[in-house]
Amino acid sequence: MTGPSNDGHDNGRAPSSGPTGNEPAGPAPVTPGAGWHRAGGTDLTKPRRKRRKGGGGWGSGNREAAMVPEAEFSSYYGRQIIKTPTWKNPEVPIYFFLGGAAGTSSVIAALAEFTGRPKLARNAEYAAGVGALASVVLLIDDLGRPERFLHMLRVFKVTSPLSVGSYILSPFSALTSAAAAFRLLDLAPVAGLATKVVPFLPKVAGSIPVLRKASAVGAAAFGGPMATYTAVLIANTAVPSWHAPYDELPFVFAGSAMAAGGGITMALTPVDEAGPSRKVALTGVAVELAAMHRVENGHGIVSEPYHLGKAGKLLRAAKAATVSGAGITALAGRTRAGSVVGGVLLATGSLLTRMGVFEAGMASAKDPKYTVIPQRERIAAREAARGATADGTEGNAVEAGEASTITR
Amino acid sequence: MTAVSSASPGLEGPESKNRLFGPLPDVQGEAGYEADHPARVGFFTDTSVCIGCKACEVACKEWNTLPMDDSQGKKDAMGLSGMSYDNTGMLGANSWRHVAFIEQSRAVDLPMPAFGRPGDDRTDAGLPVNPVSPQADSVLNAQTSVLNAEALSEFDPQTGQSGADKQIRWLMSSDVCKHCTHAGCLDVCPTGALFRSEFGTVVVQQDICNGCGYCVPACPYGVIDKREDDGRVFKCTMCYDRLTDGLQPACATACPTQSIQFGDLDELQARADARLATLKGQGVETARLYGRDEDDGVGGNGAFFLLLDEPEVYGLPPDPIVTTRDLPSMWKAAAAGAAMIVGVVASAFVGRKR
Repeated sequence: MTGPSNDGHDNGRAPSSGPTGNEPAGPAPVTPGAGWHRAGGTDLTKPRRKRRKGGGGWGSGNREAAMVPEAEFSSYYGRQIIKTPTWKNPEVPIYFFLGGAAGTSSVIAALAEFTGRPKLARNAEYAAGVGALASVVLLIDDLGRPERFLHMLRVFKVTSPLSVGSYILSPFSALTSAAAAFRLLDLAPVAGLATKVVPFLPKVAGSIPVLRKASAVGAAAFGGPMATYTAVLIANTAVPSWHAPYDELPFVFAGSAMAAGGGITMALTPVDEAGPSRKVALTGVAVELAAMHRVENGHGIVSEPYHLGKAGKLLRAAKAATVSGAGITALAGRTRAGSVVGGVLLATGSLLTRMGVFEAGMASAKDPKYTVIPQRERIAAREAARGATADGTEGNAVEAGEASTITR
Repeated sequence: MTAVSSASPGLEGPESKNRLFGPLPDVQGEAGYEADHPARVGFFTDTSVCIGCKACEVACKEWNTLPMDDSQGKKDAMGLSGMSYDNTGMLGANSWRHVAFIEQSRAVDLPMPAFGRPGDDRTDAGLPVNPVSPQADSVLNAQTSVLNAEALSEFDPQTGQSGADKQIRWLMSSDVCKHCTHAGCLDVCPTGALFRSEFGTVVVQQDICNGCGYCVPACPYGVIDKREDDGRVFKCTMCYDRLTDGLQPACATACPTQSIQFGDLDELQARADARLATLKGQGVETARLYGRDEDDGVGGNGAFFLLLDEPEVYGLPPDPIVTTRDLPSMWKAAAAGAAMIVGVVASAFVGRKR
């Protein structure tokens, strides 16, 4: 009882809880839950803490040790409350990574087409096409009934990020692979082969660049959403460490996507054309690190899984790869070797970030404390707010007539 | 047959209030049913009279031909949980009813009262008290209702056992899908396999589900799960097939103590409120309703509970919210992120060609 509002609250209740001569015959239940706790020696409803053994995620830095202190909470034999996502690991985080890299690459490709950077445009189109096609394969592979993939397209629901995502991925993959296919026709052997299948191809050869550019522009329209919808996909769950940072995760994914897309196109392209890729990658790193810092530190106990165990290791590795990739890009990005090493490191960092975020969510689903404690805090905050309002009215009533019954 | 959308209430629309969260008086109408749809039905699970017999679990498995699984949800495996009489462990794809067992004790002051339970003599706090003769009232209640704790007090395992300096009680609770007013599983299902039935329940169409698994982490209660060898998700249907034939769900039919009560939701809610008042009047301080409040994070449950301890003691989330409540903010952030990518890339192409 520290605040005056709490005192007032107690005072307001005092008259009704005073002795009435009709108390329960047994002990009055003064503790929450009337003093009931799990029978037996140790209270097994308090989950056993497993992570400490062997140092685990606690060993490598005192940052974790200084995190949220152990909070008291109850659970059903330490069992998790929500279900662990059934999504495949690492297929799904790889899908997030590829979607981001392909999405950014498609935007780079469209702009490179119209700014006289043919090699950058070509490489970005290939990167986007390959990434998008691999995304489709991974997404279908993750289904429990892959042969029913098209059921995704029988309804459209804005309440389902996966439904919206299906309508982003479908045109995106079609358009990026079309642009990449038109680009492949620039190669003589491919064109020769295609002419055998489609004999009239040479006659329409003049329209191929137009079709390619149109496809690239169309794909670019879906590129940004392709990179960020996956953040909504995981944030729109009951998984505590994914749901709580729902305002920041799309920016983590956007930054990570720019780092990956910029890095990959930079690594593939001669340095004199890859200037925009370098800038995109470096901006992406800044956005990703800033947003990720808020995810990792801004959500109390729910931020904890981002520092612990496998997720913590992955995210530390991701940060190391991203920062060193950005450093190499900034210092040596205009040399061929520097751009390749920097680009590979940036892409690796992006992939590790997605894997770390995925693991953190899985860990938060498996431990009931991440479900119970934030919800308890929510209830307490609500009751405090309600108590503050109720206090005002009760205080007036007390002043009006019952002040004499108050004892402190 | 009415045209029924398997889509959940959308983001837009003229009356967008309470379409994603909050109270929803006509949940079937919101899903597209004509006004002549049947009343919303539900379960009221009164755990204060649950005896942990698991008849509900067995009846559910029998009727719905659910496969055997162990306490971790592993199919076709038999194993003991090693923690209590509960070897079902949790709700899942193969267990649509789950009876939780919690053994609790509390210290009491000596000597123990020899004349019944604490609070049994209290007559001023409860609602249904006969002003002339409370005793006659309780006899009447005992004769008319098996749900009256007065009648059960002589053999109630939850409060009756007492040692020299401590009391023991067993909490038993039959958990089930909550059939939320705003169901996260239904909201996020991308195929429309999950739909709102004309009874207001939430059901999976097994011929549509493609096993994307999105509903599994979307459920704030951890109810729905995937059967790995099958690939699809499964959960309680509130015996949709029985309801359409005018029968009660199998679990409610099998329950020998009327702990599981099935009926029209508004009627059950009134019954639960009365039962809570009775228990409070009898001094059961820790009794509370769970999922009854239509202002909670899921707009209230179609299957709600009377609990004798905090929800998390039973493995239930204390303050669940439907995840799609925050979806508009998420889409805004995603749109801003997508626009940022385009803006950053565009600005990178501006300026000196290098």
